Amino acid sequence: MISEGALALDPLVVGTVLAMALVTAVTKIGGFWLLRRIEVSERLEAGLSVLPGAIVIAILGPELAAGGPPEWGAAGVVLLIMWRTENILLSLCGGIGAVVLFRAIV
Amino acid sequence: MAGRPCPPGEPTAGPSVADTPDAASDGSETVTFDRSGIRAGFLTCLPVALGVGGYGIAFGMLARRAGLSVAEAALMSATVLAGAAQIVAVELWAEPLPVATILLATLAINLRYSLMGAALGPWLKRLSALRGYGSLLLMADENWALTMRDLRSGSGRGAFLLGTGIAMWVFWVASTIVGAAAGGVIGDPTRYGIDFVLAAVFVALAAELWEGRSTLVPWLVALATAVVAAELVPGQWYILLGGVVAATVEVIRHDQ
Repeated sequence: MISEGALALDPLVVGTVLAMALVTAVTKIGGFWLLRRIEVSERLEAGLSVLPGAIVIAILGPELAAGGPPEWGAAGVVLLIMWRTENILLSLCGGIGAVVLFRAIV
Repeated sequence: MAGRPCPPGEPTAGPSVADTPDAASDGSETVTFDRSGIRAGFLTCLPVALGVGGYGIAFGMLARRAGLSVAEAALMSATVLAGAAQIVAVELWAEPLPVATILLATLAINLRYSLMGAALGPWLKRLSALRGYGSLLLMADENWALTMRDLRSGSGRGAFLLGTGIAMWVFWVASTIVGAAAGGVIGDPTRYGIDFVLAAVFVALAAELWEGRSTLVPWLVALATAVVAAELVPGQWYILLGGVVAATVEVIRHDQ
């Protein structure tokens, strides 16, 4: 279709990819760039301080809502291991093992 | 696009580069940027990057099916480094190439990175501009999460983001090539639970970010906003909306 060989580089495709890279780079540095330039008041700082948790929950909420009992159960396993051990690797392994297991059962 | 070369003439701003190794310096305001920080970030991110590799294989296969060559798919992973946006882009791929649509979708999906970068601001602003911005270019969801966790623990390792970013980049590009080259050899990634990696990382992170009752209101606001927005608004705007609405509510509450 657009390219046959594995190593083919179509100029339009390369241009589009590089434009995507530019747009992405702007989004990645844009927030920090703004933050360095504006005076951050105490109120704004309070708002910014809840951002990390709020973003995590905003990513997670719909993701889990779209899942089912296996995903919810596995999320519970991650939470439990994290709460007891505070070890992220152990939690991830437990969660992925749990989701495979729960999906096999359900 | 891999490593960030350091052009000369960029003075190392901020506090001096103390050679404190992995030990977390509690309460210290110093943010370092050294090889041990890069190393710690890289090693911490390895298991996560391995899981991300599952997505990379899926992306490579999708890209090949959409008509991109292996080289083009690899180029996209190496320069864009944004999983969701890349997958959506190759879904939109068609002849003639809808360039404007693809770029608009990329912007919409990746705007959340601005918020995530701003969340890293308190630490990154103590580094030189080159180091701060350079590290941010390698930021993705998973290594942002790991970096937030590390910096909030008071480690002061400003190079942690760069280390995690390098791990992400290497695995993302390599797995893209594998996926694009291998085509349909590997079946459904859900069979191995690889699709659950992102959710697992974020559940673990939420457990760490929980700060007691004060966290409850902004989190409930973010949750409700995101779940409703995910239903009503196309794309990934819900992430941005959830963060912005929760932060706004917190700013309003701050007065009372």
